Amino acid sequence: MNDATPAPRFVRQFALVKGRARSVGTDLALEALVRTTDHGLERRPALGRDQQRVIELCQESISIAEIGAHLHVHLGIVRVLVSDMVAHNLVALSSSDFDETGPDLRTLERLLDELETL
Amino acid sequence: MSSRHSEQAGGTATSTKPAVMAKPLKVVVAGGFAAGKTTFVDAISEIVPLTTEAPMTNLSVGIDNAGEVTTKTTTTVAMDFGRITLSESTMLYLFGTPGQDRFWFMWDELSKGAVGAIVMVDTRRLEDCFAAIDYFDQKKLPYVVALNTFDGQLAHDIDEVRDALSIDPAVPVVAVDARERGSTKQALIKLVQHAIARRKAQG
Repeated sequence: MNDATPAPRFVRQFALVKGRARSVGTDLALEALVRTTDHGLERRPALGRDQQRVIELCQESISIAEIGAHLHVHLGIVRVLVSDMVAHNLVALSSSDFDETGPDLRTLERLLDELETL
Repeated sequence: MSSRHSEQAGGTATSTKPAVMAKPLKVVVAGGFAAGKTTFVDAISEIVPLTTEAPMTNLSVGIDNAGEVTTKTTTTVAMDFGRITLSESTMLYLFGTPGQDRFWFMWDELSKGAVGAIVMVDTRRLEDCFAAIDYFDQKKLPYVVALNTFDGQLAHDIDEVRDALSIDPAVPVVAVDARERGSTKQALIKLVQHAIARRKAQG
């Protein structure tokens, strides 16, 4: 047998998050940004494979959607994984200071300035 | 003078201290099949567009294309998206809507808290964008109608399209070459200007 190619992943996705299909209390937005904490970096060697991947991916802030794309798992799984990691202070979430009706006027005006100078 | 901090925080790459984290904003890119949604995202995104998947909820599980009732929990809906880092404090995400209209639950999620939407239109198939326009009207999400000029050609002029779609006069209708970064950028600027006008009108 040749072990050169990695074995395909047969583990069911829900096994990765210990059987929970609903995220713990939070409903993280697709665009919510996640960043590894110092504590997360320190704890990394002791973590499971997927948590380690999240620690690596989030050394620069990236969104929930990007984590899903890079890990090849669906958003429900990412939400549970990340919520757990937030609870253990392994990663931090960006604060969003706008509500469901969208960004406020000040945020929109800054966005316009930034787009115009892009 | 607008201060540009475009030199990325590269010098401090080893620092893991969370400074001020960027604020994520998002724009939805909608439209009919092959209207140019992914082309639009690709033209302005700083990353090669990625695909993320979400499981379909039971409510949206229905009759699949093969004519069979699907109840598999593994059924997923895929979305393409891109990213623009505008400054240290702003990251803009562009999410393309899933192709089929039956994935409405995903539209709700994409629209929640969004700056607004770009509705891509192929003027040869105007009817393909009706669902998107109805949806954003109903959700009161600001949107811009972007007529994709395939090969520089518009099958109908802007006023004709506005009439045909009976769009609110306040909604901007623009011609866009979805392959061109500058053109997609102008469409985004129009959208944000429109969103600002809407906010101001609301008081």
